[in-house]
Amino acid sequence: MALALKDIENIAHLARLQLSEAEKTEALDSITSILSMIDQMQALDTAGVEPLSHGFDASQRLRPDVVTETDQRDTLLKLAPNAAEGLFLVPKVLE
Amino acid sequence: MTDMMNQGVAELAQSLARKDFSSVEVTQAFLDRIQLHNNDLNAFVTITGEQALAQAKTADAMRAAGTAGPWTGVPFAHKDIFCTAGVRTACGSRMLDKFIAPYNATVVEKMNAAGMVMLGKTNMDEFAMGSSNETSWYGPVKNPWDRTLVPGGSSGGSASAVAAHLCPAATATDTGGSIRQPAAFCGLTGIKPTYGRISRWGMIAFASSLDQAGVLTRSAEDAAILLQTMSGFDPKDSTSVDLPVPDYLATLDQPLKGLRIGLPKQHFAEGLNPQVEKLIRDALAEFEKQGAILKEVSLDNSHLSVSAYYVIAPAEASANLSRYDGVRYGHRCDKPVDLEDLYKRSRAEGFGAEVKRRIMVGTYALSAGFYDAYYIKAQKIRRLIKDDFDRAFSEVDVIMGPTSPHTAFALGSKHKQKDPVAMYLEDIYTIAVNLAGLPGMSIPAGLLNGLPVGLQIVGRDFSEGQLLNIAHRFQQATDWHTRTPGVGAGTGMKGDH
Repeated sequence: MALALKDIENIAHLARLQLSEAEKTEALDSITSILSMIDQMQALDTAGVEPLSHGFDASQRLRPDVVTETDQRDTLLKLAPNAAEGLFLVPKVLE
Repeated sequence: MTDMMNQGVAELAQSLARKDFSSVEVTQAFLDRIQLHNNDLNAFVTITGEQALAQAKTADAMRAAGTAGPWTGVPFAHKDIFCTAGVRTACGSRMLDKFIAPYNATVVEKMNAAGMVMLGKTNMDEFAMGSSNETSWYGPVKNPWDRTLVPGGSSGGSASAVAAHLCPAATATDTGGSIRQPAAFCGLTGIKPTYGRISRWGMIAFASSLDQAGVLTRSAEDAAILLQTMSGFDPKDSTSVDLPVPDYLATLDQPLKGLRIGLPKQHFAEGLNPQVEKLIRDALAEFEKQGAILKEVSLDNSHLSVSAYYVIAPAEASANLSRYDGVRYGHRCDKPVDLEDLYKRSRAEGFGAEVKRRIMVGTYALSAGFYDAYYIKAQKIRRLIKDDFDRAFSEVDVIMGPTSPHTAFALGSKHKQKDPVAMYLEDIYTIAVNLAGLPGMSIPAGLLNGLPVGLQIVGRDFSEGQLLNIAHRFQQATDWHTRTPGVGAGTGMKGDH
């Protein structure tokens, strides 16, 4: 299926990426080329094949449900571009 | 003093034990050498001189007190993908340009516990997405064998640094070939162990089901030492495998008589430079001389590995990189008008073109209506690729072939070209190994027009000891791994300290 510029705009929105007009055109060309390489997969019949999500089919290990982390609020807040009074600051969400 | 710069990890450890020189002396010598050559090579993005000398001083004190371990005081470098507490960890991205990691990766903790001395952090493709080290926010890295060429990627800084003797060894990571291809291009020994062998905790995520840490060194013996130090179960990584770590050094010398080597016919087909093939065939003859048996095998679906990878890896990347939102850490745009503007502009400014491209491919592959056609399809092919390896390993012990179809290519020749697929096809022989989770290695197998050629060795799950043994035996019989580029005003390695 051929991509159009509006598909690129939709993907960029879903991925929360702002693109300039030039970037959109570039993305359309390069992603179209990548998808045509990816579409080589479609030539192979994979009916009845189980998908593999991990090299040796391992499942996620569970650990006992106990608290292991210590409180690192201040350390982590120091990394924030904008924080105050123990909170991450963002532009106003509610009017 | 120049001699210490040419020593690898094992030799340096012996020299330190004999007190030929102190850790402070050798650390200072490497720091001086980095100072001299890094402006040109751009292999390091952060040099941690003060900390390194403090670590070296502690190492010397431990040595004097008799509490030193075997590798205490040996300097090395970390790829800038591993979180280092108190030191900038940028992952090649503007997004993390000001990010000071609040904790150490498990790999970093393990190297610290061994008393090894970190000289600095090495350059890399942005978020490890690249095969030439040209997507880094910090600029491209040069290949010390020829500075007009790329060192390979994504672990290009580590490879360039080790090849130029700016450090004896460096950590690296491999999602689709990012250890093996730079090893091939820079004439180094590189190993990517089995998925789960080394903890991913504190290693910045690209594609979580494929990412695996490993090392770049100048010998299999050094790779064994570092791998031993880095490996092991980690409860903090839920995909870490709870298996004992064998003694890799103990099995290095085992004879290869009767070893069955599989040669995938797809890796010796069209697209492979015939002169590279000749060198690979010569290397294979050396194994035959040691009693190994060569046998053709077929990896029937290997031609689809790059296609499947470019669904799975971008899909995982799009999920992993959604954490960079301009709120909690990382780059934030100026004066956002609302939350959406904050997200969109912070991410647009923080990520480079290749990272954005892969996030979009992944977003598309995972989006409603396309999930089955792309993501599930790719995972089915992943299963078939794994089955191909299983079938091959029922007939042979290891698989060998070229790591890359050619030697290092020119800076600028593939990056920023209209079609990114040419760069993606760089990893044609390495990518299937990540999809199957298998251990893979690249070792120097010859020089073509003065440039290194790498031999790839792939083994069964958790056969790192065997791969290192095979590589070591080859290196006992050949000297390709000892060849070095002349670095520094054309004077060669010896006189340019």
